[in-house]
Amino acid sequence: MGIRPRGSLANVLHLGVKEFRSLARDRVMLVLIVWTFTAAIILPARGQPETLSRAPLAVVDEDRSELSARIVAAFYPPHFTPPGVVDVVAADRGLDDGRYTFALDIPPGFERDVRAGRAAAIQLNVDATKQSQAFVGAGYVQRIVADELAAFERAGGAAPAELVSRIRFNPTLDHGRFVAVMEIVNNITMLAIVLTGAALIREREHGTIEHLLVMPLRPSEIMLAKVWSMGLVVLLAAAFSLQFTVKGLMAIPLAGSLGLFLAGTALHLFAATAIGVFLGTVARSMPQFGLLLMLVLLPLEMLSGGTTPRESMPLAVRTLMELAPTTHFVMLAQAILYRGAGLATVWPQFLAVAAIGSAFFAAALLRFRRALGEWQR
Amino acid sequence: MNALPPAARLSGVTQRYGTVQALDRVDLELRGGELLGLIGPDGVGKSTLLGLVAGATRLQQGRLDVLGGDLRSARHRRRVCPRIAYMPQGLGRNLYATLSVFENLDFFGRLFGHDRATREARSAALLQATGLAAFADRPVGQLSGGMKQKLGLCCALIHDPDLLILDEPTTGVDPLSRRQFWELLAGIRAQRPAMSVLVATAYMNEAERFDRLVALDAGRVLASGTPAELRSRCGVDTLEAAFVALLPAARRRENRRIETGAPIDGAAEIAIEARGLSRRFGDFTAVDGIDLQVRRGEIFGFIGSNGCGKTTTMKMLTGLLPASSGSARLFGRPVTAGDLAARRRVGYMSQGFSLYGELSVRQNLALHARLFHVPAEEIPARVAAMAQRFDLADVLDALPVALPLGLRQRLSLAVALIHRPDILILDEPTSGVDPLARDLFWAAMFEVSRRDGVTIFVSTHYMNEAERCDRVALMHAGRVLASGAPAALARASGAASLEEAFIARLGAVVPEIAQGTLPVAARTRRPRTVGLLRLLSYARREALELSRDPVRSLMALGGSALLMIVMGFGLSMDVDDLPYAVLDRDQSVASRDYLAGFAGSPYFRQQPPLQDHAELDARMARGELGVALEIPEGYGRDLEAGRRPAIAAWVDGAMPQRAETIEAYVEGLHAQYWSALAAERGLRAAASRVEPRFRYNPQLRSLNAMVPAVIPLLLTFIPAMLTALGVVREKELGSIANFYVTPVSRLEFVLGKQLPYVALGMLNFLLLTAMAVTLFAVPLKGSLLALGVGALLYVIATTGLGLLMSTFMRSQVAAIFSVSVATMLPAIQFGGLINPVSSLEGAAALIGRVYPTSHFLTISRGVFAKSLQLGDLWSSLWPLLLTGPALIALCTLLLRKQGS
Repeated sequence: MGIRPRGSLANVLHLGVKEFRSLARDRVMLVLIVWTFTAAIILPARGQPETLSRAPLAVVDEDRSELSARIVAAFYPPHFTPPGVVDVVAADRGLDDGRYTFALDIPPGFERDVRAGRAAAIQLNVDATKQSQAFVGAGYVQRIVADELAAFERAGGAAPAELVSRIRFNPTLDHGRFVAVMEIVNNITMLAIVLTGAALIREREHGTIEHLLVMPLRPSEIMLAKVWSMGLVVLLAAAFSLQFTVKGLMAIPLAGSLGLFLAGTALHLFAATAIGVFLGTVARSMPQFGLLLMLVLLPLEMLSGGTTPRESMPLAVRTLMELAPTTHFVMLAQAILYRGAGLATVWPQFLAVAAIGSAFFAAALLRFRRALGEWQR
Repeated sequence: MNALPPAARLSGVTQRYGTVQALDRVDLELRGGELLGLIGPDGVGKSTLLGLVAGATRLQQGRLDVLGGDLRSARHRRRVCPRIAYMPQGLGRNLYATLSVFENLDFFGRLFGHDRATREARSAALLQATGLAAFADRPVGQLSGGMKQKLGLCCALIHDPDLLILDEPTTGVDPLSRRQFWELLAGIRAQRPAMSVLVATAYMNEAERFDRLVALDAGRVLASGTPAELRSRCGVDTLEAAFVALLPAARRRENRRIETGAPIDGAAEIAIEARGLSRRFGDFTAVDGIDLQVRRGEIFGFIGSNGCGKTTTMKMLTGLLPASSGSARLFGRPVTAGDLAARRRVGYMSQGFSLYGELSVRQNLALHARLFHVPAEEIPARVAAMAQRFDLADVLDALPVALPLGLRQRLSLAVALIHRPDILILDEPTSGVDPLARDLFWAAMFEVSRRDGVTIFVSTHYMNEAERCDRVALMHAGRVLASGAPAALARASGAASLEEAFIARLGAVVPEIAQGTLPVAARTRRPRTVGLLRLLSYARREALELSRDPVRSLMALGGSALLMIVMGFGLSMDVDDLPYAVLDRDQSVASRDYLAGFAGSPYFRQQPPLQDHAELDARMARGELGVALEIPEGYGRDLEAGRRPAIAAWVDGAMPQRAETIEAYVEGLHAQYWSALAAERGLRAAASRVEPRFRYNPQLRSLNAMVPAVIPLLLTFIPAMLTALGVVREKELGSIANFYVTPVSRLEFVLGKQLPYVALGMLNFLLLTAMAVTLFAVPLKGSLLALGVGALLYVIATTGLGLLMSTFMRSQVAAIFSVSVATMLPAIQFGGLINPVSSLEGAAALIGRVYPTSHFLTISRGVFAKSLQLGDLWSSLWPLLLTGPALIALCTLLLRKQGS
């Protein structure tokens, strides 16, 4: 309607600069942003156990033989805590109250049976409620016991073919590396949504949005200004975090191109800030915004493949989460930063994030336009 | 009257905020039974002084005796606060908008420990006396400004105070309501002559009624005496003139003479025109068929009672709000919402003028200039000119929040004018501004109108301002009752002034309020139960507010049910359906036999085979394969020859947890293949082995493990978020003043705020548990009682965490953000959901142990899967038993009973 595109772009620019200035004065928010991209990355990453770590194990040694002593001695840190040698009752209680994940029960006469070539069985009780540790740990226990038995029998019972596992991309299976990057990915989404949504609600509660509406500005310009300014803040914070917190401070190697990842992040931020605007228009007050935030952030964080593998989710959830930008963002983050993938590999994810982002932006703009009218009552 | 002891005595009271000296060695005495008024320009410390006397603000320096004791002593404050009533500045600022008139009044009655009969009798009498009885069930948010202030007075009077403190009670209230307010107060004083009243006001004609006046400037007392004394001392005949005369010479000089003059010539052109303009909200008609015309260069005043539709009309004229019917035209062009070009011709200043508090004065001006596309090279000159014209040059780099109201309002006008509009639409631009600053403002308005020919459309509650307009329209209930030149309007009503005309006109249509008598003395409950009653009073109010916002409760309950479904089914630590591919370089019978073992496994899902390493690299990088198996060339031959060929398993290590599981699966299948083969050929006797027994969840059913873990997670986030705004919202909205000046203790306040959310949290818990047992078919093997006790302690802890953040933070946004940060990371990463707390390291392990989630997770898993009873869970219960009270204690310590 007679507005030159140059003027329109200038509006978006000027309004965005205003957002920066507002944020720069909000000291508490700045502290929280710094926290999310430093301590909130380091703490969980450093806290991660290295593969199976210090799994609590109890041994009920009813045999009290040379062999049983060798088996007990085979469990030691870092994979296991030094085993507590206890009786059956204590082992059961320990499993019940969560003190032990594993209880190994060596039956009486075990060594005698082995020497006689009779098949004897050691019982391993596993607390299956601790899913992640239970399964991997049970495998470790079985292998360790088998090794001890093989050494004891001195029978070269090796299989005719050897299996050599080669872990790619993260040969030491460093959990910290995984968690650090995934936390950054999560925090990018959280911050983008919180900053834009809250900026919008604050503008509404302080009555300044009304002021913008009597100026020659379109709703799309007001929204784009919030999107680019808050997006840029998060993008810079993420870049800083990867370069200095992850690569620098924690000395975690990252495989692929940081630039490519940041390009993907920029696309994702387009979608995430649009979600923020959308929530900011749906919520009628700050308390409602807080709750909405939780309801949206939790599934995004936990079901996008950054916490548990996607293939173990039911098909319905997996399909539904295809619609979330975070799913594709997590995929491209893992591909680029862990596996060193290039654009030739991750272009489908870029495309998906861009498409979802555009759809979200359009929906948020539609909603924003409608909400502007409703707020004038 | 002089026999009464003084109600308050201040000596050497000094209060300073940063570089601002709010009060500077103030000495003052409020006599018993007297009505003392504080007058003075904005930002001279009137509100600070009232807050101090009310006990709402902490005294920094000096001595302050109120009702016979030192107010610095917490014990004295506790003893006298039931005798003091305080109404802070702002329309209905200490009221609760979603609660009804009666519920607000009832809340205050409960806070002061009145029994039911007393509360009902007194509420009824007060509502009768103020004419609010008919609106007892209406939410306060829907009352007009005048009604809000009357209700505020009722709430202040509910406990028969001996000292009543009113901070600008009639600012922003229309003349009729204002008159009613003061008549009401006069009636009450006649019945309770011992009550002392301390009032601040910006209306000098109101100040005429007061017993004694104290004029303040720059934190110091300029003069005090009866209104007549002040007038005669300055040798002037109005208090307004006396006020100006009392100011120091330097400030007085700012007082320019207002050049009124006539509108510019050639004013035949119609700038603003409304025809049959109407606006309906649902079945409520806010504006009902308005017709008006404003000529170019004219100053057109808009007056009327609160809530009569003035603001709605102005919003329609600016295009902010579409009209339901009728039309609005600016310079002959119809106003439409998307007309950007038309917006450049209009400058708008909304009620309570919205400026960007975080931008400096200069930045605010420049931003608006840019957004109106003022050429960049012109902007500095334009900003300088505005600063010069509106006396803002000295404060260009200050933040608007640090400026007195009068300056801030001049800045708003400068902002509205920076793009040189043809029309100015100003919605109550001078509300709450002192007389001197108002005069300056009007001088500026006349200048732009008479010199630049700008058309001004302005609404006001000050009748002396309305008298300066070229023409005014008097509005009531959405209609224009009368319009014309102010003098003509007054004459037509047979009144001496516009104010009297206003009151006569509106008094004819608004029902007279009945002057009732004040109720019997209040009877309070026994002191022992009063504390509990106050706690319940806050809890009840919080619960009422929650019930008025059903969306929140619905989100809390429905939202967690939804999350439970999504996460219960979606979250799984199982690794199955793993995509794998083979690179079989041997293609022999032996290699195919070996690989068949993988193809048949339910854990693996075969993908198209690989041709070479390059393909392997590419497909793994894409994340397409969890594992690739490579069989070397000559595998079959080597096997025959007993040369132990090596099979390679390339595992995707990007997700370590998953990689470990894959490795374990592959090794298991490998071992199984060879031992099966050996057994088949009778090569080896049965070997000794480890037999794993997966306890508590023998089928390794993921739901049985995940669902009991999701419940603690959901009981962390939602209850914490519900309480996160409890305190900080009251701080932002101003109702925290009630906590400062009523006898409620800090602990009562915190527990009262927490109680409804603990109840909601428990409801949530029951819902989630029922879903777990029915929808997810997860057996609940242990004691439901034990789980319930654990949940109760846990919800107390998580709501306490939210309240703690709320007490600590200063803005709502920060509280929301910090609650997300303080719950998501520790609960998900350190709570024992992914890795047991015992395997965490460093700070993470410490947080995991202290953070309540891990303990409730143990209880939840223990009760659901391990059939545990209350007695078995003691080791997890006692940390929870400590966490909640510790958090509440911390809240109580951080909370201040006085503002600063």
